[in-house]
Amino acid sequence: MEALTLEPSLYTVKAVLILDNDGDRLFAKYYDDTYPTVKEQKAFEKNIFNKTHRTDSEIALLEGLTVVYKSSIDLYFYVIGSSHENELMLVAVLNCLFDSLTQMLRKNVEKRALLENMEGLFLAVDEIVDGGVILESDPQQVVHRVAVRGEDVPLTEQTVSQVLQSAKEQIKWSLLR
Amino acid sequence: MLKKFDKKDEEAGGGSNPFQHLEKSAVLQEARVFNETPINPRKCAHILTKILYLINQGEHLGVMEATESFFAMTKLFQSNDATLRRMCYLTIKEMSSIAEDVIIVTSSLTKDMTGKDDNYRGPAVRALCQITDSTMLQAIERYMKQAIVDKVPSVSSSALVSSLHLLKTSFDVVKRWVNEAQEAASSDNIMVQYHALGLLYHVRKNDRLAVNKMLSKFMRHGLKSPFAYCMMIRVASKLLEEEAGSRDSPLFDFIESCLRNKHEMVVYEAASAIVNLPSCTAKELAPAVSVLQLFCSSPKAALRYAAVRTLNKVAMKHPSAVTACNLDLENLVTDSNRSIATLAITTLLKTGSESSIDRLMKQISSFMSEISDEFKVVVVQAISALCQKYPRKHAVLMNFLFTMLREEGGFEYKRAIVDCIISIIEENSESKETGLSHLCEFIEDCEFTVLATRILHLLGQEGPKTNNPSKYIRFIYNRVVLEHEEVRAGAVSALAKFGAQNEDVLPSILVLLKRCVMDDDNEVRDRATFYLSVLEQKQKVLNAGYILNGLTVSIPGLERALQQYTLDPSEKPFDLKSVPLATAPITEQRTESMPITVVKQPEKVAATRQEIFQEQLAAIPEFRGLGPLFKSSPEPVALTESETEYVIRCTKHTFVNHMVFQFDCTNTLNDQILENVTVQMEPTEGYELVGYIPAKSLLYNQPGICYTLVALPEEDPTAVACTFSCMMKFTVKDCDPNTGEADDEGYEDEYVLEDIEVTVADHIQRVLKPNFGAAWDEVGDEFEKEETFTLSTIKTLEEAVSNIVKFLGMQPCERSDKVPDNKNSHTLYLAGVFRGGHDILMRARLVLTDTVTMQVTARGGEELPVDIIMASVG
Repeated sequence: MEALTLEPSLYTVKAVLILDNDGDRLFAKYYDDTYPTVKEQKAFEKNIFNKTHRTDSEIALLEGLTVVYKSSIDLYFYVIGSSHENELMLVAVLNCLFDSLTQMLRKNVEKRALLENMEGLFLAVDEIVDGGVILESDPQQVVHRVAVRGEDVPLTEQTVSQVLQSAKEQIKWSLLR
Repeated sequence: MLKKFDKKDEEAGGGSNPFQHLEKSAVLQEARVFNETPINPRKCAHILTKILYLINQGEHLGVMEATESFFAMTKLFQSNDATLRRMCYLTIKEMSSIAEDVIIVTSSLTKDMTGKDDNYRGPAVRALCQITDSTMLQAIERYMKQAIVDKVPSVSSSALVSSLHLLKTSFDVVKRWVNEAQEAASSDNIMVQYHALGLLYHVRKNDRLAVNKMLSKFMRHGLKSPFAYCMMIRVASKLLEEEAGSRDSPLFDFIESCLRNKHEMVVYEAASAIVNLPSCTAKELAPAVSVLQLFCSSPKAALRYAAVRTLNKVAMKHPSAVTACNLDLENLVTDSNRSIATLAITTLLKTGSESSIDRLMKQISSFMSEISDEFKVVVVQAISALCQKYPRKHAVLMNFLFTMLREEGGFEYKRAIVDCIISIIEENSESKETGLSHLCEFIEDCEFTVLATRILHLLGQEGPKTNNPSKYIRFIYNRVVLEHEEVRAGAVSALAKFGAQNEDVLPSILVLLKRCVMDDDNEVRDRATFYLSVLEQKQKVLNAGYILNGLTVSIPGLERALQQYTLDPSEKPFDLKSVPLATAPITEQRTESMPITVVKQPEKVAATRQEIFQEQLAAIPEFRGLGPLFKSSPEPVALTESETEYVIRCTKHTFVNHMVFQFDCTNTLNDQILENVTVQMEPTEGYELVGYIPAKSLLYNQPGICYTLVALPEEDPTAVACTFSCMMKFTVKDCDPNTGEADDEGYEDEYVLEDIEVTVADHIQRVLKPNFGAAWDEVGDEFEKEETFTLSTIKTLEEAVSNIVKFLGMQPCERSDKVPDNKNSHTLYLAGVFRGGHDILMRARLVLTDTVTMQVTARGGEELPVDIIMASVG
């Protein structure tokens, strides 16, 4: 039996999923062996989708796991953790992912835009969660670390913050020396 | 980039997913572009995205395929395009477990990790650690240490998290980085602090003192990161739990102070930590409950959910603590999130008054179909608890349960309902008839074999005692006609029970059983034939022995005994009495602290404690001639205070004519070695000491076992109760606490232990007779004794019942250990097997006047046990 109190651990997130409005997988990353095979994963995703896509209620308990979720037009975002996990931590991860993508896709969070920016998604998730550990929870930071393509990106807010950030770093370095 | 995609989309007729029809082989073919010079970063990055997308969709890459594209990909390190490089890192991580020889990119990654571009460094560290094994780790150790204390948060975080992953494989190397982690823990960046703290804890978690020190340091300085606070709270509550008890500790104060943190995440973590602490008092809970109450009206669904879920947990143990929140919970009943609404209702059911039940049940049934099975089980558990609390509400609750039973649902859910109904039937005789008939309807259309056989068993047990048994026979026989083997076999057994108890229906049962004799399945045929021939004898004793009260021996024990018998055949027929008895399940009050999620219990049959003992004892040559082990006392008794130099615990093993006392000894002095340890015993009654088996040597903190063997009194066999005074004798040798080397010379010493009591309960094994009346008749009145006693010190019937059960160590039957309220008389039925394998049954009629008067009737297969029981009661 799973211990009632949680063994203190940084391993918070069991999976991050993005499904489309047919319940098909657009992105899925599982961080532990709760669902070891692709077949089990797909079955789980189907179950999740069936239970959540009609309601807009943010959080549910499914198959003994806490699932926090959010939808935008034709996309469904899920973050999954143990049922003993602090729900608000999972929400923090979900919000970070969603806000980062909102910025990266310029508020155009829908399937088509996401697919056109798939590498951005891969990189963003990589910056947010690493092997189940929350790596970053601040969307600004995530966008800053992901958005490295100089030429394409017009001079929007993010580049300003990027410039500011690097300026800050520069100053810090010069002070430290 | 965007434009290019658009064009593609149009070509594909506006299909929305450019990745939809990707072919693995085609994509890997495309990867040849990697070899072209100059490198086209756009194109290559897009191909990498495609590969990652395929892996993400669960496409399987072969080792060859993966290795090939991996090597092609390494060429891309020549390009300086940032996105492409980052995609390379991702690909390396994804392929590290599939492709071979991934370590060839080590030098490229090490270069990036120590390079100037901060955007590369963090991801490079993570990719590098992913492909590194413990031997390679030494080579990059220096860089890792630098990275951990790097001024750039992303680099430091990456290094810390990667170190955490590496702990699993290379604990000893990562352990050396604590100083760096310590430095990172005081970082200004919230994530770095969190990761550093996590790493420090994971490295030190086995060293209680170090964890404590770390905690108190951060408690003093405070933290910046809410995540780090959550982590600290968890560590603190774990320590508190291990300490068990003292709430005055600074740890508890720390957790409580976190209730006033400005981050909701931290506040919630602290509240839930307090709620989960074992043996928390209402006063300690109050502040936690009041923050949870605030969260109940939060606009964030997740926060409301978290709060109400935690309150639900509180309500299981301290319903009164939650009553203050009833108003807030009422508002949540109509929450659009059904999970929240369900939790709110079940919490209210636990805390609310009897009058609100009807209303709440109506509300909950309106959305039962919308919630997941997990929550349905929660609802059923809440109802089950209610039934125990308000017996008068059975009718409403039963109706609700049956409606749920008829609806669709998974096995866990249905099982919870059936469990709940069965427990209601057992508790409350008024609801028995309706309950049974509803269950009959349920098995008409039940897809779960386990549940069907369980209900059939229950019908067989309870049905014959009802007014109209023939009604149930129809349902049961329908199963024989319609179901598959297992259910048919269960149904046949149930039918036989009806036949054995009701003369009126016996002829029709015989007819039905005759039909089953021709069944397709072996088991069904066997059962039918067996029961048929037993029933045709029309003898009550046979019915009782073979149909109503089944075998009481332990099945693995029987298997072992039979195997031995076949290995070593003798003239004597096999004696069933030599088989150890199954330890009757001790019916406990159902614990209500069940976690919300349904935990699957391991269902395999573990070797019972007694079997382990039996094997241990059988291995000792001196104990060979004692015969089979009859009984071992349930819990070892401590003969010393827990904090003394030597910790001794005793377990009593009873054999046919002997008793063995097993002493588990632990030496808690690290500068002594004990040798030749025995426990000398001095009986007060006619017991005779036979011998000692010493423990050869007792090293520091390594438990050892010594035994003392005594023969049971022969002259006066009824004097089984006895007190033994005990003294431990041993040779002490001083030793070096560090090396454990002992001096050659030792000296004799003694240590006085507490007395051991042997009572009549040590000679009786509890056995559950499902049908006591039949067993009573079976034993007959050949050896029957009756006497009347006055229990002058006992004031209530409950107290009398529990004392008798405890004193005699016999199994209460027919649920007679539960005394109905407001009654002045009660009859207790007890069953057991006396040492040597003789059944012994006891009926105690209790009458309450000012004191309790008890009339005891005991029956047994032999005279001696009856005498002993009567003697011991007096």
